[in-house]
Amino acid sequence: MKATVHVFLKPGVLDVQGKAVESALHGLGWADVKDVRVGRVITFDVGAADKAAAEAEVKAMCEKLLANTVIEGYRVEVA
Amino acid sequence: MKAAVIVFPGSNCDRDCAVAVERSTGAKVEMVWHKETALPDGLDLIVLPGGFSYGDYLRCGAMAALSPVMKEVIAAANRGVATVGICNGFQILCEAGLLPGALLRNEGLKYVCKPVALEVTNAQTRFTAGYQGRREVTMTVGNGEGNFFADKETLARIEGEGQVVFRYLDNPNGSVDDIAGIINPAGNVLGMMPHPDRAFEEDLGSADGAILFQSALASA
Repeated sequence: MKATVHVFLKPGVLDVQGKAVESALHGLGWADVKDVRVGRVITFDVGAADKAAAEAEVKAMCEKLLANTVIEGYRVEVA
Repeated sequence: MKAAVIVFPGSNCDRDCAVAVERSTGAKVEMVWHKETALPDGLDLIVLPGGFSYGDYLRCGAMAALSPVMKEVIAAANRGVATVGICNGFQILCEAGLLPGALLRNEGLKYVCKPVALEVTNAQTRFTAGYQGRREVTMTVGNGEGNFFADKETLARIEGEGQVVFRYLDNPNGSVDDIAGIINPAGNVLGMMPHPDRAFEEDLGSADGAILFQSALASA
């Protein structure tokens, strides 16, 4: 099964990268762009028995390594 | 007296730390590669140096925190061995769960490299006792992700427990509460973004870092 993990800084944690990208988009004329957040996407194959098991495994991976839950939130998709 | 400097792939202050500890304390310093599964016997001090361990992959310090040697470092720290993480070493200590909080990208998005004045917020620690009540010291910072962050509850706890050891007098990176260095509740694990290893003799602009290493080993 293919897992896709989205990791973003939590709301309320300053995302300076997002701010810089936002100001660049404004500079290009997209003046109404706001709340830009920059995160990362991690994809991999996971060998679990079923979707629920895969999701549980990937969540454990997020808690242990893929995200730093002090500052980051994550979203898991398994297909 | 014996100290170990842990060397990760991408560490670049490991030699600086070894020379700084040797020259300021006379301690014998061993370099320990991250793949080791045991630390030298009888260590009085463990130093996690600055640099870009694992090329800062995933998050600064995230991969290094899972290096084989870190199991031993965590065990030693939990036994009470004095442990200091400097710059990337601080990030590794946070990622390893030995210290609370995390280090974010600098508020100004720039890598900041300059001497900074620090307030010695807690002079009662084994690392800062040697300042003998001096309130201000100078060391150099060099980081792109030195912006200390902790949530409100954590912050209230570490402020309340005297775990903030150093504070910037002129915050260079946006760190919450101007925090430059923190210690664990047991008082033997210190993490700091400024480099005592770049301030161990007057020729470097400051010898205040030497006092920190001397202090750490004096209480060993």
